[in-house]
Amino acid sequence: MERSILSRRNFLGLSMGAAAGVALAGCGSSGPSSSTGGGGSAGSASYWFLTGAPGEGIRTNTVNRFNQANPDSKITATTFQNDAYKTKIKTAIGAGQAPTVIWGWGGGTLRTYAQAGQVEDLTSWFGENAAVKDRLFPSSFGAATIDGKIYAMPAETVQPIVMFYNKRAFERIGAQPPQTWGDVMDLVPKFNAKGIAPFSLGGQSRWTNMMWLEFLFDRLGGSEVFQAVFDGQKDAWSNPASIQALTLVQDLVKQNGFIKGFSSITADSNADQALLYTGKAAMMLHGTWTYGGMAADGGDFVSSGSLGYMNFPPIDGGKGDVSDTVGNPGQYYSISSKATAEQKETAKKFFKDAVLADAEVKEWIDAGAVPIVKGTESAFGASKDADFLKFVYNTSANAKTFAQSWDQALSPTAAEKLLDNIAQLFQLKISPEKWAENMNGVIGQ
Amino acid sequence: MTSLAPPAPRGSTTTSAQGGRSGSVTWLALPAFLMFVAFAIIPLIGVLVLSFTQWDGIGDIHAAGFDSWRSVLRDPGLVHALWVTFLIMALSWAFQTPLSLLIGVYLATQSRFREILAVIYFVPLLLSSAALAITYKALLDPNFGLGAGLGIPLLQQDWLGRDNLALGVLVFVVSWQFIPFHSLIYQSAVRQIPKAMFEASEIDGAGRLRQFFSITLPQLKYTVITSSTLMVVGSLTFFDLIFVLTGGGPGDATRALALDMYKRGFQASLMGPASAIAVILVLVGLGLALLLRRLGGRDTTESQMEGV
Repeated sequence: MERSILSRRNFLGLSMGAAAGVALAGCGSSGPSSSTGGGGSAGSASYWFLTGAPGEGIRTNTVNRFNQANPDSKITATTFQNDAYKTKIKTAIGAGQAPTVIWGWGGGTLRTYAQAGQVEDLTSWFGENAAVKDRLFPSSFGAATIDGKIYAMPAETVQPIVMFYNKRAFERIGAQPPQTWGDVMDLVPKFNAKGIAPFSLGGQSRWTNMMWLEFLFDRLGGSEVFQAVFDGQKDAWSNPASIQALTLVQDLVKQNGFIKGFSSITADSNADQALLYTGKAAMMLHGTWTYGGMAADGGDFVSSGSLGYMNFPPIDGGKGDVSDTVGNPGQYYSISSKATAEQKETAKKFFKDAVLADAEVKEWIDAGAVPIVKGTESAFGASKDADFLKFVYNTSANAKTFAQSWDQALSPTAAEKLLDNIAQLFQLKISPEKWAENMNGVIGQ
Repeated sequence: MTSLAPPAPRGSTTTSAQGGRSGSVTWLALPAFLMFVAFAIIPLIGVLVLSFTQWDGIGDIHAAGFDSWRSVLRDPGLVHALWVTFLIMALSWAFQTPLSLLIGVYLATQSRFREILAVIYFVPLLLSSAALAITYKALLDPNFGLGAGLGIPLLQQDWLGRDNLALGVLVFVVSWQFIPFHSLIYQSAVRQIPKAMFEASEIDGAGRLRQFFSITLPQLKYTVITSSTLMVVGSLTFFDLIFVLTGGGPGDATRALALDMYKRGFQASLMGPASAIAVILVLVGLGLALLLRRLGGRDTTESQMEGV
């Protein structure tokens, strides 16, 4: 009797352990089962990147071109879906199974890789290959540089966050796009009276809400406010400008500035874009990467010229430069320090010869994106999206400060805390002061 | 996850009562036991060890003593996550048990269309939680969902954007998915109740209601406990559904313990505190399972068939 009770108890305990253990372990292994793992054979390098048009096709073409030109040192590509990749790459690097070429967003995540000694220092390589460095936007190197050393090659496209608007919605209420924050607040009741939501927002994704704070902080207090946080200054979030910005955004929420139910809309499903092109919402603050989606799914919305775009408007009395912008200054390719010497050589050759070569640059432009290569404006004219491309180019090139998105710039720990608190702020569950207090707690982590 | 756990053996003590055969039974259990050691005990020990370390999932693992435990236990988020987990557990139990019981009893009777209905009831259990969550999310979308599409004002709520509604939706979807499973348990248990009992009570003049409360329900005592254990312990591990449906939102209104663990571990790169939460999760589950067994009466050898 005694023994059987004991063993049953053990069994129960063990099965609970199994459930929790599997839950924890299971989380780490989301990804395609075809994954080839790290390493690979001696000369051939592995490369993991994201799925999704148009990037996936362009990245694949670049790899194929490189492989055709270099039959001896091939690159094997494996693709991952965005959210799965974020977990998978961390797990793989942690287990010493990283691919040779690591695709990433730079900033805080790259910092954790660099501090763990998992990625190659490319500073001297860029010194030897100045031509590679000099043809790229200088602003793109900020997020690749950790403590003065370059750990990644900036690549692909520049993606500032801009204010999109639906010209048809503005015609319906007979108003002009806002020139200042005051205009924005004046427009809110006008749109609501016509049954149009002033702003579309995919609030469940949380980083979508963050874009609002990034601009409000900048326009009110200048780029120094976030820089102080980034530099780890004590209580930097309690800056008067940040409290004011947090209050402004809560005012906008209270005045129904955002679409009803915004906190249950995700950006992944593109529902926020759909709200804009169907005319249910008049404006949307979003990254320029949404342009392609709206052109593809929005019927004649983009092709008929109904999509308007502009930089975030200034705020009266604000200290920030109106040309400042925020977003992704580029994407970042790093080389795993665990790769063999041959693999590293292959990867460097790939960076030098294939990444952002003329053929790839052309493909990005055709897809409606601006590659981070200098002097591509002349190629925009031939594109059907010439106006938008010029706008993105000028917004990026003329920006006094091109800040990296906060959640990418900060460490994963601080970023998660930030996103959590932003979600609470938009739910009006915490006050601006409480928000600042919570965030001051993770400064420098 | 609930459906994976085998129902606790009711009469496990009979094995030793019969005696003599326990030797061969032990050998039969060996393969399962080895799997168990490899995939349950070793990871559990790993998690326990990790909870006393500091690790971002990438760099080196440093011993950190009780730092992780201190940060987790001091965080008001833990109390909130425990409360949310408890709410989901209690509400989904309170919602599922009566419905499963009634459907189970109904399916056990010899009425028309019973078999067809049984098949239809069973369909939700066959669907994956993630697919269910995506479907419900689309149906409940405040701007493009069912309510907006059909123009029914009652359905045009901000279902996943308000704290209480989001929790309610979660409980509803969980119940919708698992009621078929528990109905099945009840159905088979009802069928095992000897017919003689019902016949005898009929002679004594008992109506259907009286039969239900005086015979069916008491006879289902152990089934209720089994089913409740599965519901309660299973609800601790709800992760996929919440992750896809609400992501813990709005704010942190549906941030249950399992989701909190994932977010800390894999999004905030704090493997130490996440492991501490995993250990808490194991302890809570263990405690609840033992508590439910106690509630079922100390002596499980007691017969329900006395006098039959």
